Amino acid sequence: MKNKLYDMPIYMDYSATTPVDPRVAEKMIPYITEDFGNPASRSHPYGWTAEKAVENARKEIALLVNADPREIVWTSGATESNNLAIKGASNFYSKKGKHIITLATEHKAVIDAVRECERNGYEATYMEPEPNGLLDIEKFKSTIRPDTVLVSVMLVNNEIGVIQDITAIGNICRENNIIFHVDAAQATGKVKIDLETLPVDLMSFSAHKTYGPKGVGALYVRRKPRIRIEPQMHGGGHERGMRSGTLATHQIVGMGEAFRIAREEMDEENNRIKNLQAKLLKGLTEIEETYINGDLEKRVPHNLNISFNYVEGESLIMAIKGIAVSSGSACTSASLEPSYVLRALGRSDELAHSSIRFSIGRFTTESDVEFTIALLKEKIDKLRELSPLWEMFKDGVDLEKVEWAEH
Amino acid sequence: MIYLDNNATTALHPEVLKEMLPFLTSQQGNPASNHTFGRNAHTAIEEAREKVATSVNAHPSQVIFTSSGTESNNTIINGIAKAYPDSHFGFSSIEHPCISEPIKSLVHQGFMVSEIPVDSNGIFNVSDISDKTRQSLTFLSVMMANNETGVIQNISEIANWARENKIQFHTDAVQALGKIKVDFEALDIDAMTISSHKIYGPQGIAALIVNKKIDLSPFMQGGGQEKGLRSGTENIAAIIGFGKACERSNQNRVRFEQNINLLKLTLEKALIELGAIIFCENSRRLSNTTFFSFKNIDGSTLLTALDRKGFAIASGSACSSNSAEPSHVLLSMGVDLDLAQGALRVSLGVETTENEINDFIETLKNEVNRLKQLTAVAA
Repeated sequence: MKNKLYDMPIYMDYSATTPVDPRVAEKMIPYITEDFGNPASRSHPYGWTAEKAVENARKEIALLVNADPREIVWTSGATESNNLAIKGASNFYSKKGKHIITLATEHKAVIDAVRECERNGYEATYMEPEPNGLLDIEKFKSTIRPDTVLVSVMLVNNEIGVIQDITAIGNICRENNIIFHVDAAQATGKVKIDLETLPVDLMSFSAHKTYGPKGVGALYVRRKPRIRIEPQMHGGGHERGMRSGTLATHQIVGMGEAFRIAREEMDEENNRIKNLQAKLLKGLTEIEETYINGDLEKRVPHNLNISFNYVEGESLIMAIKGIAVSSGSACTSASLEPSYVLRALGRSDELAHSSIRFSIGRFTTESDVEFTIALLKEKIDKLRELSPLWEMFKDGVDLEKVEWAEH
Repeated sequence: MIYLDNNATTALHPEVLKEMLPFLTSQQGNPASNHTFGRNAHTAIEEAREKVATSVNAHPSQVIFTSSGTESNNTIINGIAKAYPDSHFGFSSIEHPCISEPIKSLVHQGFMVSEIPVDSNGIFNVSDISDKTRQSLTFLSVMMANNETGVIQNISEIANWARENKIQFHTDAVQALGKIKVDFEALDIDAMTISSHKIYGPQGIAALIVNKKIDLSPFMQGGGQEKGLRSGTENIAAIIGFGKACERSNQNRVRFEQNINLLKLTLEKALIELGAIIFCENSRRLSNTTFFSFKNIDGSTLLTALDRKGFAIASGSACSSNSAEPSHVLLSMGVDLDLAQGALRVSLGVETTENEINDFIETLKNEVNRLKQLTAVAA
């Protein structure tokens, strides 16, 4: 998708955020113009109209993931959902124990919420995934302790797009009476989610990763068996006391519409994106010394994360300004640190530093992909021409064995 | 339908909508992303932050964007509790539940908590704080203007007293902004809450203004946005709308203080003639808010009757209007339960017209007289 109006780069960063689908924007606008009521107002039609819209949207969220609308709690985004799930459940069930298990490759909102629990007297284990990014189920089993109260694992990873085996992990949690939270911010509209059958207690959703607006998300809280959470925000008692604060009607309506579109168009869209991914993969792996980060099979078609050896990541990003991509996730891309996710897979600093995340979506075209491949081929060639390391590699020098002189 | 419930939420101003639309409809990046899309989003947010800061005379670096007034209030309470574990929290008895509830929830964690009453005029007096409370109090929150009665507190005086006693001070200015002058720097206070959807901006966005003198532990952890004080991808379109609404708040204030105040006086004169009791009648109040009750008329019956005739008003605040509980604000002022139970709130908007108020008064007269007759027959 090239925004010709402003001569913007081609957007290949759908995992950072997606554009709002025009159909979503259209649905939202009446609720910031004529139907502007506060859904908590019970004494007039402005309030009733807003409330009805909020409840319709709640049904749409529930339909996409096969849940009961009463299991959906609105939040301001996946960060809040993750914070509410992790702190809310671990506090409510703290009598069971104070040990939390999560993955070292989780989103910051999960890692940092767990860290906050640690500051409040909990213990945490941050499991390293296998080199392909997936959690080893046997290793997971052996990490469980009698005082493990909560496990949090993301369905689809934001950096490498791998899909964890939520069913297997959840079944083990059930057997051990552990609350299981899943961050599904990157999963909606990309993988089928059926909460009727999935052994998941809490699940976080975001609108703006699924062509909805920013500033709204939801948390699924299972009713059967009933899962309880301690509210983190207190106030007017909205959302059955689980999350206070005036509901942002137009944003909620937008999320509902975005999830409706996802439900109806997911299968067709995924087929199309799969073809684009295959094309991108084929084109980019024609470049020498490329390494795919994360499992290629258990992965959403929207993501390709590739390390280009002997190329410095930041210079590469500067060189490919015609496309908008990221090195690592948006939330950490302002820092020059190599991706902690790739480090957790055991990638060297060099390979982690030379990685690019390509994430494609609804508006990506075949010519976008062709342009990207051509651009990368050209620029990487150029950068490597300037690289003494590349020259040494081509001369057959084993760089691992080179002893560098101290300065 | 004539909307007279502007303290619950306001209609988005067309100029605000116009500024927001491009951010809702065209490609927008994640402000944290290090490419053109991301940088553009980032720049737009910083421009909006400046507008918000200017509207309350604060520095842009003091503005933390949150998702609601409720979140701002929870952020300051929780942030103080974590950063200062020996805190003793005080709050006025008329605070919105999003101040009183998070403070009360701290009791379980061992914090000292004091609810300080207001007088029968709805006014908070520092002299009502007992010596014993004052000696250990470390944090005080008093709202600038009450959402139900509209009573405006003398925040400057309370803030001075708090400063002299080395007490951290926060004010919830959600209902005040855009109706009276709000000057964060002149007040010289530690923290303040403002919200977009009460000033003709979109729902889903608010701010906490914080003086850097105080430490604040973040309430939500994650990507470290808002200088680590509020993680979560920024709600760009809403932030842009909030910025525009703040920019317009000063001109709204002038209109409220002049035109709308006259409409309120007309309305209140008619109410008194009909025998209504206006709560906090003689206190300094917002120029848009009238909270009243009729002794012999059931409030909810009158509310329904007015709704049928096309007027949207409220019984107390939106947040508690789904419960049949009488207003905690009135009860804490010592108002009789019966009178409190029947209380109704009219809150005018910046666009409310003289014709609308005249129509409302006409309808109110008819309905009140009709209901009075019914009551008389029943008696």
